[in-house]
Amino acid sequence: MGIDLKELLERFGRGDRSALSRVITLVENRSSLAPEILDALYTKTGRAYRIGITGPPGAGKSTLVSGLVQVLRSKNKLVGVIAVDPTSPFTGGALLGDRIRMQEIGLNEGVFVRSMATRGSLGGLAEAATDVADIMDAFGKDFVVTETVGVGQCELDVAEACYTTVVVIVPESGDSIQAMKAGLMEIADIIVINKSDREGADNIARQTRAMLELRGERNGWMPPVIPTIASQSKGLDDLYEMIDKHRQFLEASGLLAKHRRTNIERTIRALVESEIYRTIWNESTMHHLEKLVDEVMAGRISPRRASRQLLERLQEDGE
Amino acid sequence: MGGLFDKERFEELRKKNAEWESKFREACLPFEVTNRSGRAIKPLYTPLDVADLDYERDLGFPGEFPFTRGIYTTMHRGRLWTMRQFSGYGTARDSNRRYHFLLDRGQTGLSVAFDMPTIMGYDSDHPRAHGEVGMCGVAIDSLKDMEILFEGIPLDKVSTSMTINAPAAILLAFYICVGEKQGVPSEMLRGTIQNDILKEYIAQKSWIFPPEPSMRIITDILAFCADHVPKWNTISISGYHIREAGSTAAQELAFTLADGFAYVEAGIASGLDVDRFAPRLSFFFNAHLDFFEEIAKYRAARRIWARKMKTKYGAKRKESLLMRFHTQTAGCTLTAQQPENNIVRTAYEAMAAALGGTQSLHTNSMDETLALPSEKAVQIALRTQQILAFETGVTQTIDPLAGSYYVEYLTNRLEEEAEAYFKKIDDLGGVIKAIEAGFFQKEISDAAYRYQREIEKKDKIVVGVNEFVIEDEKLEIEILKIDPRVEKEQTRALKRLREERDNDAVRRALEDLKRAAAGNDNLMPKILTCSRTYCTLGEMIGVLKEVFGEYKEPIIY
Amino acid sequence: MERKIRVLVAKPGLDGHDRGAKVVASALRDAGMEVIYTGLHQTPEVIVEAAVQEDVDVIGLSILSGAHMALFPRILELLRERGADDKLVVAGGIIPKDDIEELKRMGISEIFGPGTPTSQIVDYIKREVEARRA
Repeated sequence: MGIDLKELLERFGRGDRSALSRVITLVENRSSLAPEILDALYTKTGRAYRIGITGPPGAGKSTLVSGLVQVLRSKNKLVGVIAVDPTSPFTGGALLGDRIRMQEIGLNEGVFVRSMATRGSLGGLAEAATDVADIMDAFGKDFVVTETVGVGQCELDVAEACYTTVVVIVPESGDSIQAMKAGLMEIADIIVINKSDREGADNIARQTRAMLELRGERNGWMPPVIPTIASQSKGLDDLYEMIDKHRQFLEASGLLAKHRRTNIERTIRALVESEIYRTIWNESTMHHLEKLVDEVMAGRISPRRASRQLLERLQEDGE
Repeated sequence: MGGLFDKERFEELRKKNAEWESKFREACLPFEVTNRSGRAIKPLYTPLDVADLDYERDLGFPGEFPFTRGIYTTMHRGRLWTMRQFSGYGTARDSNRRYHFLLDRGQTGLSVAFDMPTIMGYDSDHPRAHGEVGMCGVAIDSLKDMEILFEGIPLDKVSTSMTINAPAAILLAFYICVGEKQGVPSEMLRGTIQNDILKEYIAQKSWIFPPEPSMRIITDILAFCADHVPKWNTISISGYHIREAGSTAAQELAFTLADGFAYVEAGIASGLDVDRFAPRLSFFFNAHLDFFEEIAKYRAARRIWARKMKTKYGAKRKESLLMRFHTQTAGCTLTAQQPENNIVRTAYEAMAAALGGTQSLHTNSMDETLALPSEKAVQIALRTQQILAFETGVTQTIDPLAGSYYVEYLTNRLEEEAEAYFKKIDDLGGVIKAIEAGFFQKEISDAAYRYQREIEKKDKIVVGVNEFVIEDEKLEIEILKIDPRVEKEQTRALKRLREERDNDAVRRALEDLKRAAAGNDNLMPKILTCSRTYCTLGEMIGVLKEVFGEYKEPIIY
Repeated sequence: MERKIRVLVAKPGLDGHDRGAKVVASALRDAGMEVIYTGLHQTPEVIVEAAVQEDVDVIGLSILSGAHMALFPRILELLRERGADDKLVVAGGIIPKDDIEELKRMGISEIFGPGTPTSQIVDYIKREVEARRA
C-alpha cells in the first residue's frame, strides 16, 4: 500500500485524528516506515504527563479511566488513552472490550482512545505502548493514560513506564494480598480502592495501608490509598488531585527527570539490543549454530564451548 | 415407603443392565452423545437411574405439593392453555386492527409487542428513535396511543400481556387509565406485564436504570397491585430470553428461578408479606427442540419453586407455591432457510409445552427470522396450537410422561444442576452482584459459541442450514414491511399532543414524580397522575433518569 | 511481521440481541483477528469515531430491530465525511432481501443473514482485507 508519509505527517501536525490513528497503526505494526515516523515525531514529545492504570480483571479500570478522563477534560486538558488487553496465546487474536465502559468519552473531541492487544511479544509490548504514548504526546495531548490488566510482567512494565502508576483493587476477599503477590504494590504510586461502597472496603483499605507502611516510603513518597466509586463518578477528583500531587513531588524532587532518563536509556538499550539480535542471527550464523548443535548432540563439545566458538567467529566477522 | 421401585431386585437389574450395555457397546456406537444443551445422553434409562425417586415426595398429584405433575387438579381437562400470540407493529391503529383480526380467529388473550423506542423509554420524536419507530412492535408514546390500541376491546373481557420491562410501570398505568375510560375498575383488570429487569441485564439487554432503582420500581409495582390490581400478574419472570441468548436448558431453568427468588427477597426486604405478592408472580419459559429435556425442565421448575417458596421463604398460601407459566416456542431454532420447515419445528416445541403443563402459549410464525410475521403466517401458527389442543389428545391426560425413567431422570438432574447454580450465584453475592461481574452473560455467551461451533463442525445438524440445503433457494413467502410513514405519523401526533394538553399540569405531575423518585413514596400513583395528564413515556423516563442514572453494561470476556 | 486484521464489531440501534455479535466477535478472535467490541445501543456517530480512532480494517454491524435502513446509510455517510470509507463494512441481522440489495448499492460490502456459518464470515473478511491491502 503506497503511503505518502510526508502528507500523513503534515495531516498529523494539523491535528487530523485519522492521521494520528494511521500513524499509530504503522508504528504498532512495526512497518518499515516506523523508524522514520518516530524520529520525525520525537522532537515534539516530552510534554504529555503519563499515567498508568493497572489492576486485576474486574476492578473497574475502564470505568475509572473514563471518569478520570472526564475530570481532565473538565480542566480543558487533551487526553490520549491506551487500553491494553491480552492477546490469546492460542489463536493470536484478541477481544478488546474496554470501549464498552468508555461510552461517555467516545465522542469527546479532546479524547482519543486506542485499544491495543499485547500481541504476545516478550517485552515488545512496553516498547510498542511507549511508542504509542510518544505519538499521542507529539500529537499534543496533555495527558496519556495507559490502562493494562495487572497480570504478567510485560503489563507491569507498561504501567511502570508511566510517571504515575495507579493500582486499582476492589473490596474482594484477598484482593489486596493477590495484588501484592502479583507485584502490583511494588509499582504503585497511588492505590485506588474502587467500588468502595461494597462491604469490606474499609477493611481492605486498612490492610493495604498496613502493607504499605510495612514496606515504607519509596524514594520519599508514601503511596496514598484512595476510595472511589467510579461507576458513580465518586472519588475521581480526589484521584486527580493525588496524581497532581505526585506529579509535583516528582518534579520538585527531580525524580521526573530521572524517570524520563531511565525511560530513554531503556528505550535506547532495547533498540540496540533488538538491532544486535537481528544482525547476529543472520543466515550464516544460524547455519553455523546448527553445525555446533550437531557437535554438542554427538557429545564432542559442551554447549558452553560451542557458544565461545560462535562468539569468536562473530568477532572475526566484525573485524 | 413411597419409593417407586422394588430395591431388592436392583442387584439383578444392575447385572442385566450391564449385560445389555456391553452388547450395545459391541455395536461400536458411542454410548453417550450430547444433546443441544451439551448434556450427555445415554441410549437407555432404567429404574437404576431414578432409584431414589419417591412418588409422594417428588411427584405428588396435580394440584398438590410439590406440583411436579401440574399446578391445578384438573389441568388442561379443566381449562385449556390460553392461546396468546404476541403481536404489535406500526402505529396503535395498525396494531388495533391486528388484535381484532386475532380475536376474530379465536385467540383468547392479547399479547402486546412494543417497538424498541418504547421499550428503551424514548418518545418517537427522540433522535435515538429514528428508524426504529413501529418497527418491531407498536409505538406507544402516551395514554393517547394506548386508548387507540384498545379501541373496541373491552378490558373486562380480555387478558392482556405486555412485553415491557424497564418502563413497565408506565405502560401498566396507561392500561389502568384506559380501563378507567371504559368504566372498568382496576380491580377487574387481568393481564401481565413482563417487568423482569434482571433477565434484561442477563440476556435481553433492554435496560434503562441501574439494578437498585429498577428493583425499587418493581417492589413499588408489587405493593400497588396487591392493593389495587389484584388480578394482575406483576412480574413474568422470564427464561425465554436467556435461552434465546444461547443458554442451555439447565441455565435457563437456574437463572430464571434465581431471578424469581431475587424478586421474592426484594419484596420481603421492602416490607411486604410474601403471601401478599407471590401469588401474582408468573413465569415465562422457552419451548426448545429437545422434547424430553424441555418437558423435564417445566416439571423441575414447578418442583423447585414450590419447595423453595415453602421452606426457604415461608410462604403459607398455596397460591404462593404455584408456578404458573407462559411458554413461547424458541425463535432461535427457526431458520431463514426453507422457512416453511419452521412450522414443523414450532409444532414439536408447542407439544413439549403442552405436555409440560403450560398455562398459556405463543407459537412462532414461520417467517420470523426474515421479518415481522405476515397475517397468513400468524394464522398457521395459531392453527398449530388449535390442532395440538383439539386433534392430538395431549389435553386428555395430565403429565403423561411421568414415570418415564428418562424424563424423571432428566427432571432430577435439572433440579440438581439448578441447585449447583444457585450455590454459585450465592457465592458471588447474589444475582445483582453476579450480573455486575458478568457471570450469567459469560455463561450464556460461552454456551452460544460452543453450540455455533458444533453446528459448523456438523456435530449438530440443522435441516436446511448445514444439511439438506437447497442451493440458490428462492424465498416465496410474503413479507410484512413497515411503512416509514409510521415514524412521521407518530411524530406528528406527538407534536399535536404536546400542544393540546395542559402543559402546566404536565410540569407539575413530572415534578411530583421526580420528588417521589428521590424519596421513598410509591411511584405508581405519581405515574398514574402523569399518565392522566398525558405526560409522554419519554418525559417520565427522562425525569426518572435524572434521579436514578442509567445502567452501563459490564465488560465480559 | 504479519499484519493483524483489526475489526470493530458494533451494534447500532436500540435492540439488545447481542448473541450474534458476540458469537461473531469470538469467531474472529479465534481466527487471529483483533476485535474491538463497543457494546450495545451505539449511535452511528460513536461507531464511526471508534472505527477511526482504532484504525480498523473492517466494521461489522449487527442489527435486529429493523432500523437498518435508517442507521446503516448514516454510518456510511459519516465514514465518507471522515475519509474513512476505505474500510470494509459488513453487516448481519434480520434484513429483508430488497433492503440487502439497496444497502449493497450504498456501500455495505456483504450482508450475512441468519444461519451463516462464522467460518464463511472469517473467510470473507480475510480475503477482502488481503485484496485491499495488496
